[in-house]
Amino acid sequence: MRVMAQMAMVMNLDKCIGCHTCSVTCKQAWTNRTGTEYVWFNNVETRPGQGYPRTYEDQDKWEGGWTLNKRGRLQLKAGGRLKNLLTIFSSPKMPSLDEYYEPWTYDYENLTNAPLGEHTPVARPKSLISGQDMNVTWSANWDDDLGGAPELTMADPVLAKISDKVKLEFEQTFMFYLPRICEHCLNPSCAASCPSGAIYKRSEDGIVLVDQDACRGWRKCVTGCPYKKVYFNHKTGKAEKCTFCYPRIEVGLPTVCSETCVGRLRYIGLILYDADRVLEAASVTDERELLASQRRVFLDPNDPEVQREAERAGISRDWVQAAQRSPIWALINTYEVALPLHPEYRTLPMVWYIPPLSPVVDVVGETGEDSEDSGNLFAAIDTLRIPVEYLAELFTAGDPEPVTAVLKRLAAMRSYMRDINMGRAPNPSIPAAVGMEEGTMYEMYRLLALAKYDERYVIPPSHVEQAHGLEELATECSLDYDGGPGMGGSGPFGEGSGVNDPIAVENFHMLKQRQTTDTVADPASRKARVNLLNWDGKSAPAGMFPPRPGPDGANLREPDSVGDAGLVQPRPAGGSVPGPAGSGTDPIPPGGDWLGGDGPGTQGPGGPGEPGDTGASGTGPRL
Amino acid sequence: MTPTADIILWVVIPYVCLAFFVLGHVWRYRYDKFGWTTRSSQLYESRLLRWASPMFHFGILAVFLGHVMGLGIPKSWTEAVGMSEEIYHFLAVSIGAVAGVCTVLGLVLLIYRRRTVGPVFRATTRMDKVMYLFLAVVIFLGLWNTIAGSVLNLGGHYDYRDGVSVWFRGIFLLDLHPELMAEAPIGFQLHGMTAMLLFALWPFTRLVHVFSAPVGYMWRPYVVYRSRSDRLGSRAGRRGWERVERRRETSTRL
Ligand code: HEM
Ligand code: SF4
Ligand code: SF4
Repeated sequence: MRVMAQMAMVMNLDKCIGCHTCSVTCKQAWTNRTGTEYVWFNNVETRPGQGYPRTYEDQDKWEGGWTLNKRGRLQLKAGGRLKNLLTIFSSPKMPSLDEYYEPWTYDYENLTNAPLGEHTPVARPKSLISGQDMNVTWSANWDDDLGGAPELTMADPVLAKISDKVKLEFEQTFMFYLPRICEHCLNPSCAASCPSGAIYKRSEDGIVLVDQDACRGWRKCVTGCPYKKVYFNHKTGKAEKCTFCYPRIEVGLPTVCSETCVGRLRYIGLILYDADRVLEAASVTDERELLASQRRVFLDPNDPEVQREAERAGISRDWVQAAQRSPIWALINTYEVALPLHPEYRTLPMVWYIPPLSPVVDVVGETGEDSEDSGNLFAAIDTLRIPVEYLAELFTAGDPEPVTAVLKRLAAMRSYMRDINMGRAPNPSIPAAVGMEEGTMYEMYRLLALAKYDERYVIPPSHVEQAHGLEELATECSLDYDGGPGMGGSGPFGEGSGVNDPIAVENFHMLKQRQTTDTVADPASRKARVNLLNWDGKSAPAGMFPPRPGPDGANLREPDSVGDAGLVQPRPAGGSVPGPAGSGTDPIPPGGDWLGGDGPGTQGPGGPGEPGDTGASGTGPRL
Repeated sequence: MTPTADIILWVVIPYVCLAFFVLGHVWRYRYDKFGWTTRSSQLYESRLLRWASPMFHFGILAVFLGHVMGLGIPKSWTEAVGMSEEIYHFLAVSIGAVAGVCTVLGLVLLIYRRRTVGPVFRATTRMDKVMYLFLAVVIFLGLWNTIAGSVLNLGGHYDYRDGVSVWFRGIFLLDLHPELMAEAPIGFQLHGMTAMLLFALWPFTRLVHVFSAPVGYMWRPYVVYRSRSDRLGSRAGRRGWERVERRRETSTRL
């Protein structure tokens, strides 16, 4: 037995409202950079649907994950080591940008620059890849809420696996959201596909990371991951993936997606597992056995034998205790309501899901029957093949039994708790019908419905003797790092080359620069970065907009320079002559009186800044 | 007595270039591990790349092996194992021509792709352009030498294994023969000189990826485990401040 600890997550799908808050906050934290515009470490898919990148679950096409070779041994689905190396010059199974989507922005400048004309100016979509005008035809969640159904939905590879009859009935039946992050697999095929060995699993907490200094851009991991959760940063030429917010986890904080989840449906905790049994568990012949075999890899943290072995493996006592209190362990093992996503990929994923009961409840409710009655719900689970078959393709390699069992437990809990909430005597036969004790069922209800922050996230911090070195705790001078304080900006070999600056250093330089320069940052210079962290909310942030040439080529004063007047609103320019279409900027009246008839700062009647007024006094708002 | 110009051209410049090559790589590896990548552009375009890149790479690797044979192995050795001049010549030209044509075709396609595919062109740095210029010149001159010298027999017979090769090996054996290069046909002189300049540029381009060719992948375990304490946060350790190795606190009693 070789005990290892794994940081894992469970998501309760019944509670997901598909708000995408998790995706947005994750993006703000991690992928809000050039080169990762198309990257969503966390994305939320509507099921049924094609997913992101589209049809990623079709492993006949994308060849992600593992498979058993002729001799029954585990092998990468995309081929053995030699084949992997021979196809390195052009990776045959890598999704193109079309499969993700071409990221874009809008030509907002046109809204302020367009000359006076008959039609309202529009902001055209511009590709962030080619810089050209583009038609927006796909995105990370184009088929959100079954948009484009049934045509788009029918391309769902999971749907393709279930029978035709089911498909036809499908549309009236159900829909749910599936938030996804990297699974931080026990047997990660991304790491196995990496020719440089740059992707590694941390031995302390099992988080799978890409060493940015060791990645050489062979982009084989993108093919290797069946969940398509490794992304290629096209600017830096390196692979990037979900980090499980390791800087937060190390100090005991949940990931950003969990912290901000509106439905409070994410749970984080430790799982102890036996690393010696991972290979064997991933190699079982029958795909439907994979759920059971992965469960067998997990170790009971309450077992004294396991505790002894954990100690021998260097896992500290507070970590074992955290594993005992882990909501993940409870949901997977004690209540047995969590299931892994696509166990048939054989990577032993560690983000598990509680399948949604709501589709069943909805159907029962629509029939006018009592949708909180366990008898009705059980019957519906048994007869409603569609949700069960679909969920089984997602969570159990097509085996309906475990899904049915989970749904029945959830249904029983619903029914049992209703009696309690209505002040009636609880009915012990309900938990008994799904093989649970009354107390256990109540505890499960507490965990699923009421659990507070510290019960949902049981994250033992890394050890104090290490903590002072963690970047975000500034108990040491943050400028003391190898190579000394550097400047932000680009290295000599393109974006991001050169030594990485810690964020604290970048902020330091930005503040210093702001305090010591007498000119605003020049956005044309590659060193300038606009830092909203230091923006005081008054006027436009320095360096955000390039200086605009006046009629005689002289630079227009930056908005900052009229800052005395406290101007924040865009103002229409007065007295200027509309130029021909597309001629760019308009003439500015001399004397700096480009704010129209009013003096600076005064808001005359019908004055500038009011919507609808812009056409009358000039050529539109400008800043 | 060799003229000074020849010494500069065929002794000084080669050593300077090779010094750039070696020290440049050391410097780049230390300073810019993060920029050490192929800068793959497959995400932007893969239809052309699917053909161009393998064609170029397999070609250039074969060409490289050919150079190891032709430049590295003295004529006396191949003759000692009984390989006649004719057989050697035939092998070199036939295999070399196939590899050369693959390389050139691949290179032309790659450059065509770089220029015409919008996103790929946008992602092309100035260094890329310089690199492609030198790469193309070196490769075309090399192919020209093979075709003109060995196939068309323009300008009489020249056996580079008695000339260029001896000079090249001499650079590493400190047995300098600038006069051999001075006598070589102009095509060989230009090929040799541009190749030296390419070597000097090498560490400062994306070509550094060649030195990361991941052959170790064949033998390493599939899944790599690493300890977090190798590195704390996003900060690299400071020299001289390595952590004291210490076992994590564990309970003595359970
Ligand atoms: C020895 C093993 C080598 C490996 C494994 C290798 C691998 C690669 C890979 C994966 C790419 C990225 C292709 C893409 O997706 O865009 C690439 C690009 C490139 N390689 Fe290599 N390479 C090797 C040797 C060489 C050599 C010897 C040369 C030339 C002397 C070379 C020149 C190039 C060039 C010029 C590109 C850029 C192609 C482009 O995008 O325009 N490579 N290489
Ligand atoms: S889900 Fe994450 S850990 Fe698993 S193979 Fe994909 S990237 Fe690797
Ligand atoms: S924030 Fe929570 S509720 Fe909203 S989409 Fe993400 S997982 Fe679902």
